[in-house]
Amino acid sequence: MSAISEEVVDSASIAAASTKRKSLWALALRNPAVIFGGVILLIMLAIAILAPYLGTVDPTRIDPASRNKNPGTEITYRLDDGSTAKRVVLMGTDSLGRDVYSRVLYGTRVSLMIGVAVAAISVAIGLVIGLVSGYIRWADGFIMRIMDGLMAIPGILLAIALVSIWRAGLITVIFAIVVPDVPRVVRLVRSVVLSVREEPYVEGAISVGTPTWTLMFRHILPNTIAPLIVQGTFIAAAAIITEAILSFLGIGIPPEIPSWGNIMAEGRTLFRVFPHNILYPGIFLALTVLAINIMGDGLRDTLDPKMSKKV
Amino acid sequence: MLDFIARRLVAIIPVLTVVAIFVFLMLRLTPGDPAAIIAGDNATSDQIDEIRRALGLDEPIWTQFIIWIGNVLQGNFGESFFFKKTVAELIAQRVEPTLALAVCTLIIAVVTAVPLGVLAAYRHGSLLDRFVMGFSVLGFSVPVFVIGYVLIYIFAIELGWLPVQGYIRIGVNFWGFLERMVLPSVTLAVIYVALIARITRASVLEVLNEDYIRTARAKGLTNRVVLMRHALRNAAVPILTVIGIGIALLISGAVVTESVYGLPGLGRLTVEAVLSRDFPTIQAVILLFSVVYVLINLVIDISYTLFDPRIRY
Amino acid sequence: MPNTMPSTMADPKKPVLEVRNLSVSLPAGADRAHAVENVSFTVSPGEIVCLVGESGSGKSVIAFTVMGLLAKALKPTSGEILLEGENILAADESRLRELRCTRMSMIFQEPMTALNPVMTCGLQIDEVLETHTKLDAAERKAKIIAILDRVKLPEPERIYASYPHQLSGGQRQRIMIAMALVLDPVLLIADEPTTALDVTTQAEILKLIAELQAGEGTGVLFITHDFGVVAEIAHRVAVLRWGELVEVGPTEKILSRPEHSYTKMLISSVPSIHPAHRGVRRDGTTVLRTEKLGKTYSGNAFFQKARVVKAAVDVDLDIRKGETLGIVGESGSGKSTVARCIARLIDPTEGKVFLGDTEIATMSARKLRPHRRRVQIVFQDPYRSMNPRITVGDSIIEGPMNFGLKRDEALDRARNLMETVRLDPNSLDRYPHQFSGGQRQRICIARALAMEPELLIADEAVSALDVSVQKQVLELLDEIRVRLNLAVLFITHDLRVAAQICDYVAVMSKGRIVEYGSAEQVFGAPRDDYTKALFSAAPGRNWEFGKFAA
Repeated sequence: MSAISEEVVDSASIAAASTKRKSLWALALRNPAVIFGGVILLIMLAIAILAPYLGTVDPTRIDPASRNKNPGTEITYRLDDGSTAKRVVLMGTDSLGRDVYSRVLYGTRVSLMIGVAVAAISVAIGLVIGLVSGYIRWADGFIMRIMDGLMAIPGILLAIALVSIWRAGLITVIFAIVVPDVPRVVRLVRSVVLSVREEPYVEGAISVGTPTWTLMFRHILPNTIAPLIVQGTFIAAAAIITEAILSFLGIGIPPEIPSWGNIMAEGRTLFRVFPHNILYPGIFLALTVLAINIMGDGLRDTLDPKMSKKV
Repeated sequence: MLDFIARRLVAIIPVLTVVAIFVFLMLRLTPGDPAAIIAGDNATSDQIDEIRRALGLDEPIWTQFIIWIGNVLQGNFGESFFFKKTVAELIAQRVEPTLALAVCTLIIAVVTAVPLGVLAAYRHGSLLDRFVMGFSVLGFSVPVFVIGYVLIYIFAIELGWLPVQGYIRIGVNFWGFLERMVLPSVTLAVIYVALIARITRASVLEVLNEDYIRTARAKGLTNRVVLMRHALRNAAVPILTVIGIGIALLISGAVVTESVYGLPGLGRLTVEAVLSRDFPTIQAVILLFSVVYVLINLVIDISYTLFDPRIRY
Repeated sequence: MPNTMPSTMADPKKPVLEVRNLSVSLPAGADRAHAVENVSFTVSPGEIVCLVGESGSGKSVIAFTVMGLLAKALKPTSGEILLEGENILAADESRLRELRCTRMSMIFQEPMTALNPVMTCGLQIDEVLETHTKLDAAERKAKIIAILDRVKLPEPERIYASYPHQLSGGQRQRIMIAMALVLDPVLLIADEPTTALDVTTQAEILKLIAELQAGEGTGVLFITHDFGVVAEIAHRVAVLRWGELVEVGPTEKILSRPEHSYTKMLISSVPSIHPAHRGVRRDGTTVLRTEKLGKTYSGNAFFQKARVVKAAVDVDLDIRKGETLGIVGESGSGKSTVARCIARLIDPTEGKVFLGDTEIATMSARKLRPHRRRVQIVFQDPYRSMNPRITVGDSIIEGPMNFGLKRDEALDRARNLMETVRLDPNSLDRYPHQFSGGQRQRICIARALAMEPELLIADEAVSALDVSVQKQVLELLDEIRVRLNLAVLFITHDLRVAAQICDYVAVMSKGRIVEYGSAEQVFGAPRDDYTKALFSAAPGRNWEFGKFAA
């Protein structure tokens, strides 16, 4: 019970606190959680970009001769020119003889791409709809009813439904994950718009005759940036998990694309004997999502402390 | 009070309408003839014609909607051509495992998460607090099926304490049922505990900053009384809210957990239906889960009045 | 720790509270090292000591230190606090808990948030008895009903079972007082207990506190920023500035013969409640006229009776060039609604608003835009009145540029206006957070003036400011009115401010104007019963605050 009666400090330290305002972003970059999460993500990004140079082979290459090898086994495989080479499979091979290490490393690309794409698209769509809803009164009721309806369908279920309509593919999976996220962004943006609209400085701008569009872009929109960045990180984290779940259930992106979810889906049947097919992609996945979540928490604490209570 | 419930019931009508429209349009948005899609790949043209007539597919789209919603309201979701049964029968068969999983998970989650969250808030900044926060972030970060397989590996395969997979009906063998429920419930509870513990901690922390907590301390009450009597009850509404919203996570998680543990529930049915493109079943399951989700949140909404006298009937 | 329980009847000579050389340090990074430094004073039985100071003076910190409720970031570093001879700073947490509500009690500024919203008022008082006494349930109930009666709450049985949200602000503060005094403590700490209340409620609460403490011989440490309240209630006064005690003495002496220059300045800044003679109405042209202006809020929901709130009804006003019209009233009287209707920040539901000859009440948003320039408004909260993300210069030139002025010209105008409001014209490229509250309010005035308005609305524009800053802003507003021959609509709850700045005054209550006339007439010879009650409740109305050369 530490923070009780902290407001007593306030009046004395207002001057000190207010000078901090401008350097919020700098402060966020000094937050240990942001640094920790950021560094792990940078490593993941490097892995994704450098995947071909990290001792990998073609992740889709099927090799019937070396199926279901345990991690650390040395296998002999055939090169395109007909000669053979020896190679230690760090993370073993799957039931088609594909190299799990290569697949996991290439899988980083798919997961990061899905995280970034889903976050960017849902934030963009949600921002536009949220601004319209928060600012145009007659549209608000209609838009919010639709959003409420979409939010009534549990997220993964909605994604599953959409995938079943569109049939699986990378783009459809991305949009299937975007749709359930949009209403949440809309609500966030709308609530920011509605509360900022009541601020005296916005009323002041109205009374000096500022046109609606200027009002929106100059005085209202900037307030949504910090909460949207925070929300965006959480969306990215959840999107990576959702993709993995869809692929794991066999209804995600096509199985030949090496995504972490697909690798794990492939390893399901022989899990009791060869747990490595689930273990290694699982660790990569958890580490990446953890890094994003930790970074998101850190960003929220510095950029948007008021939102902390809303998870 | 009745008035209040009536108003809340009316308020969910537009929400459910949107859900119904979406579910209805699902089939019409897929490329191809809806009747052929419903009938599946091995249907004869007679079967397809019959379906077309039953759904009124030659009528204008809003008439089709009326026919469809009329059937749905009577519990008639159509026939699953893949499972060769009516969808209603199919669902009735599959309800028990899902319900059992959800109830067990809910109990485990609430019983562990709320005390953890309260303690973390009370000992704000302590090792326990950091552990709870750390666990909560981790819980959000590991997909539920990975947790499932790790638990299976440890407790079923390595230690051999619990069965790996499968389900026994509660009426057939209660101990067998419980034994097979432990791992799935714990698996599914992880993310739920993460969510609830986090919200509990945040809302108790927020309440502890309120003026009336200061008043309570100025009265000379002990910290324990301040926490239990003044803070917790005021934090109840946000905690309840998140338990309600979390039902969505629970449903989503059930789909995966049932697949991992081979429970023959509705989640498993959903996946099977999607894989076999059995649209009447997909529609019914989505509609059902959404209605349950909305109704649970309605009940939670109404229960707020028990905790906060300011919320008016 | 000496465990001598003092007798219930305190020795009349011995102070109940003695603060000796108290220093409380602020966390590193604050704007000064100590919240409170080397403060010493005493409170005797039956005495009311007022701690007065502007914001940031550390007065609340002292109160919380005495109760042992200080935030962890603040640490008492030296000195002692003796409650009936026992050093509280040396007491452990369980001893402090024993003392709270038995020997020392505290009431707070915000009665709206100080009570637990989910517990009945009776149970919240019951907790005190349950914790500190061995009375059984029936005895406790009887004692609570008795104290509720003593703080003059009607129907104590009903109040006992009520939740805080079912009571008014004044009633809640009475509950707090009942809770604080139920065990007859020797010391009552009151932290701005009437600041959040309307003036008539404030008068009642002040009277109640004075009566109860005189009856029981309780020592009261009363924290306030309001010299009206000081004149009303204090026996002795301690003046604080930046955590240091500048002057202590009997009320009469401090108010009439202050020694320290800071005290002199503070007291000189208190506006007089008697209006300055400003002459009769000049024959300026009418700038604003409202006819039967009204605003009705109606909410409707399923199955619910539509709730209709008439925020303003039949408001007729007019203002001419060079005049200040004040609208005074308590919270919820509708005074701000009227201002916002006139500025068309909200749409009136009835009546007409004439700006010169143009009727703007029903005008469409598009047609209204050219007329927006003519009415400008300055708001209450200087910290929220300017977009924190753009420079004050950009804030000021935004309006003129909306109306076609080129950036250079607008900046020239802004520079001139900064001089008008006595700020450095070179600080236009700074951000709002780099200015103090008073400075921001000046910038808001400059922003309004940049539009060259005909009517300037000040909506509680000085209410959030400390009294010394308030005085400067008021003088500035008046000077600008004279120089630009501006019509000013001044909305305030503060009668003293209204008396000093207004030519005409409209008194509002429950959405209606109950009295309207020249300031001299309304203040000198009020006719309406409500106006009379309002004025007679103004704290310190019988005290004429002198003007001292610092």
